[in-house]
Amino acid sequence: MYFRTKKNKKTLLDRLLIKGGRIVNDDQSFYADIYMEDGLIKQIGDNLIVPGGVKTIEANGKMVIPGGIDIHTHFQMPYRGTTTVDDFTQGTKAALAGGTTMIVDHVIPDPGCSLVEAFERWREWADDKACCDYSLHVDITHWNDSVKQEVEVLLKEKGVNSYQVYMAYKDLYQMSNSELYEIFTFLGELGGIVQVHAENGEIIAEEQARMLGMGITGPEGHVLSRPEELEAEAVFRAVTIASQTNCPLYVTRVMSKSAADIISQARKKGNVVFGEPITASLGTDGTHYWSKNWAKAASYVTSPPLSPDPTTPDYLNTLLASGDLNVTGSAHCTFSVAQKAIGKDDFTQIPEGVNGVEERMSLIWDKAVVTGKMDENMFVAVTSTNAAKILNLYPRKGRIAIGSDSDLVIWDPDVVRTITAKTHNSAAEYNVFEGMELRGAPTLVVCQGKIILEDGKLQATSGSGRFIPCSPFPDFAYKRVKARKQLAVLRAVPRGMYDGPVSDFTPMSRGGTPSASARTSPTKAPIRNLHQSGFTLAGPEEAPIRPAGRRIVVPPGGRSNITSLS
Amino acid sequence: PLNSERLLIKGAKIVNDDQSLFADIYMEDGLIKQIGENLIVPGGVKTIDAQGRMVMPGGIDVHTRFQMPDRGMTAADDFYQGTCAALAGGTTMIIDHVVPECGIGLLAAFNQWRDWADSKSCCDYSLHVDITEWHRGIQEDMETLVKDHGVNSFLVYLAYKDVFQLTDSQIYEVFSVIRDLGAVAQVHAENGDIIAEEQHRILDLGITGPEGHVLTHPEEVEAEAVNRSVTVANQTNCPLYITKVMSKSAADVIAQARKKGTVVFGEPITASLGTDGSHYWSKNWAKAAAYVTSPPLSPDPTTPDYLSSLLSCGDLQVTGSAHCTFSTAQRAVGKDDFTLIPEGTNGTEERMSIIWDKCVVTGKMDENQFVAVTSTNAAKIFNLYPRKGRVAVGSDADLVLWDPDITKIISAKSHNLAVEYNIFEGMEVRGAPLVVISQGKIVLEDGTLHTTEGSGRYVARKPYPDYVYKRIKARSRLAELRGVPRGLYDGPVCEVSVTPKAVTPASSAKTSPAKQPTQPVRNLHQSGFSLSGAQIDDNVPRRNTQRIVAPPGGRANITSLG
Repeated sequence: MYFRTKKNKKTLLDRLLIKGGRIVNDDQSFYADIYMEDGLIKQIGDNLIVPGGVKTIEANGKMVIPGGIDIHTHFQMPYRGTTTVDDFTQGTKAALAGGTTMIVDHVIPDPGCSLVEAFERWREWADDKACCDYSLHVDITHWNDSVKQEVEVLLKEKGVNSYQVYMAYKDLYQMSNSELYEIFTFLGELGGIVQVHAENGEIIAEEQARMLGMGITGPEGHVLSRPEELEAEAVFRAVTIASQTNCPLYVTRVMSKSAADIISQARKKGNVVFGEPITASLGTDGTHYWSKNWAKAASYVTSPPLSPDPTTPDYLNTLLASGDLNVTGSAHCTFSVAQKAIGKDDFTQIPEGVNGVEERMSLIWDKAVVTGKMDENMFVAVTSTNAAKILNLYPRKGRIAIGSDSDLVIWDPDVVRTITAKTHNSAAEYNVFEGMELRGAPTLVVCQGKIILEDGKLQATSGSGRFIPCSPFPDFAYKRVKARKQLAVLRAVPRGMYDGPVSDFTPMSRGGTPSASARTSPTKAPIRNLHQSGFTLAGPEEAPIRPAGRRIVVPPGGRSNITSLS
Repeated sequence: PLNSERLLIKGAKIVNDDQSLFADIYMEDGLIKQIGENLIVPGGVKTIDAQGRMVMPGGIDVHTRFQMPDRGMTAADDFYQGTCAALAGGTTMIIDHVVPECGIGLLAAFNQWRDWADSKSCCDYSLHVDITEWHRGIQEDMETLVKDHGVNSFLVYLAYKDVFQLTDSQIYEVFSVIRDLGAVAQVHAENGDIIAEEQHRILDLGITGPEGHVLTHPEEVEAEAVNRSVTVANQTNCPLYITKVMSKSAADVIAQARKKGTVVFGEPITASLGTDGSHYWSKNWAKAAAYVTSPPLSPDPTTPDYLSSLLSCGDLQVTGSAHCTFSTAQRAVGKDDFTLIPEGTNGTEERMSIIWDKCVVTGKMDENQFVAVTSTNAAKIFNLYPRKGRVAVGSDADLVLWDPDITKIISAKSHNLAVEYNIFEGMEVRGAPLVVISQGKIVLEDGTLHTTEGSGRYVARKPYPDYVYKRIKARSRLAELRGVPRGLYDGPVCEVSVTPKAVTPASSAKTSPAKQPTQPVRNLHQSGFSLSGAQIDDNVPRRNTQRIVAPPGGRANITSLG
């Protein structure tokens, strides 16, 4: 309560000057001073005229970068009556300690329950506890007309522009291809971003039964039942559907080489698709699933799993550096050993998730910048700027510029730290990066214009984080999509009526399968009708109303495929 | 009397898939008895002077749908008309698809097809059986077909939603059964869910003509399904065969999978090698409709050339025709709605000449590779080799005397088919058979067909074709999975509420109907059932996979050659 009052009285009056820093944005680096007031960057330049008595920080030529945005967290996530051990306070503290000043958490409504209610519940939790700004993705865990209306409400009124669907978790969250097609079509019209958890849940279910049948019950069964091909297959399918529906696609948790390859191939063909490797896939591998220490092996359990191929992290870092993968999250979702032990006799029952929110920035610096794969500007792009662009928060977030939020980090590339569960800011007993020595760390973190981390001390305040609404149609994703929609007009060939003989036939022999009704998506007919209800968007853009494919009528002799760049 | 004919071909250049050589060929009782020079043969034998021309194994058309029922109609070319056309083009064996209507059962449908073909077919034939639904009875039928009826290939559909389409889980189970039986899994690869959605959309846009067919079946949707079936095949360690490769992107997926070590074969068809999908926009409805087939012909006119190149380099291996013809009146069932147009194109007669013209004349492949893709590879994949697909002593006397210099113009006026349109109309092709010998008898000579209705024999095929299963067996021997031996976890365990899984209202509907019988299905795998024909395979572990336990620090992925 204390903070609510303070906020109202405009307590963000903190004024701050950073002198002699090298400002690093995603496009360039330059030396200048930064003056902040009321949580915003007010001036950038040399010899700034600032009020007296301003707290001044001497950067001594060190890099000043936009605070990181962790685009994927699961803090305080409910799981079968328990909750992940890092709540919004613990989680955002860990984030800030690592140089991340904004997180985007996933709302996971129980299947059958209201999306808006779940969203409000997450808002309450986070408003109460978050120490840094946050936004929310909403996961679509079931699909029907009312879900559709709720998505529209969330998108237009609640500031949610990204929605995750699951291709895995059969009989729980998993969507059929037809449902995916409808969701993609719907979100493509409303200007949302579709995120997918890409794994083929049907095959996983078969493989799990097989593993358990063979008597494999430990954490190694988790990775054996989820081979990386299943991840790549689902990514491929999601790309196909996104391309058909002309909807921007975002693949969460890119864990394997082959999944990353599919994304980079699709981008080369012109698809609007973004890939999100996470701290864990960039920093470690799946060999630990075979650890003789059950608790350690279980701490690595996440889906898609870490790849047993130890060359995976290096490969993913390379693609991140080359721009084939674009954003990084942590998918931070931590359970205690006792919680993981729910699955001690059956790996399918182990709660899934790994840590990574605190380690993300340092790990990428160490693996990608120190090794010369990317420069400091690209580092800012993949840890902050690109995420801000996709979420439509740019340049408020993700850039050091006048008018932007004063979420900054002074980055010291020379600090060397050893990651260990003994010192980390998470409540979990294990750290999947245990013992890893990383170069690069924040020496000062400024969040909402206030110094949160200085001299290794964290001074975060629960409940000070604000919800940042994200608006639809982010330019970064939708400029291309809109242009393609304008081109995509399908026309029938004008022909005279066919007036020749017509065979007799039994019309209904097709569709006579007994299980046909069960297989058909139950939501089909009403959804189609809504597409044609004359609904228009409230936003300023003249958005196309009809679902538009990306193809155009092919003249005999050739077609121009506008998703192909060649 | 049929097989007692004796025949001598003198001065032939025998072309097999591995080499060409000059020799004489002596045939008796439908078999090749001698090959060589100065053969000692009985007097009075009919002799053909090849004059140095090529004599090659008769073509095998691995994919036909003669006489196929569709909603009360029947494909215009029956087994008589169809096999006549095949022989006229140099094809001496066809493999037709049995398409059981749902509820009938595989065995009943198989017998129906046997009846039809036995009474009408003019050349040897075999049968693939399509799996159009999935439950325990189907699995038992499959076992019977493999054991007692000489079937070693089954096709599943990833398309035709609510009719033939199977779910991923069902396909996983079917593939597991197929692998255990030593058969080949064939796939009609298109994503039926997306197609159904697109069909609604296109019809809503007022597009009802044949162009709607290709607009609703974009090639990505084909490539996606190929990719998915490759994934399931890898998981189940089951050999895969993609029927009707129609687009560049689908072919690319196959080529990539082969480079990664997947046992997968791709079958482009006469139509995809010879023409393209630009005709769907023809103003002549009947002509446009004649091209309707699934996956559709690609509107990209460079597709045939691309597929020919992949066929030449070995990334695609076999060719069929997917010959399935309907008259204009039959097609007109869909005159107001393209989704009702019966699907299929011609190609059994034109297949050999089109491949010769597109691939050999252009220098993409030599005559030996031509034999491989038109005959030998098919015989190997389906376990007919070397009885079929090779000119060798002991092989069936199915031969073609090929003239590379003949030029023909393909036209509906002169083709051996019962339909009004030929999708290759006006195409000038070089290369054609001069003489065709089937079962040791001359069936084509001097441009005249001498076929006998009902003379074709059913050729039974054994499971576990070497060409396919040698690698599969080696992999299954390697694939042993073990759990990690650990002490019991004895720390604290969190209390949980009862699992919320399966609270979804729709979950029962989402579960595949075959899921419940899964347990019995699984048990049957271990029931000690063994194949009568597969004596050498009893040592093959029943449940197998291509992965091995990864030791910490790396894993050997044996499907990856790198």
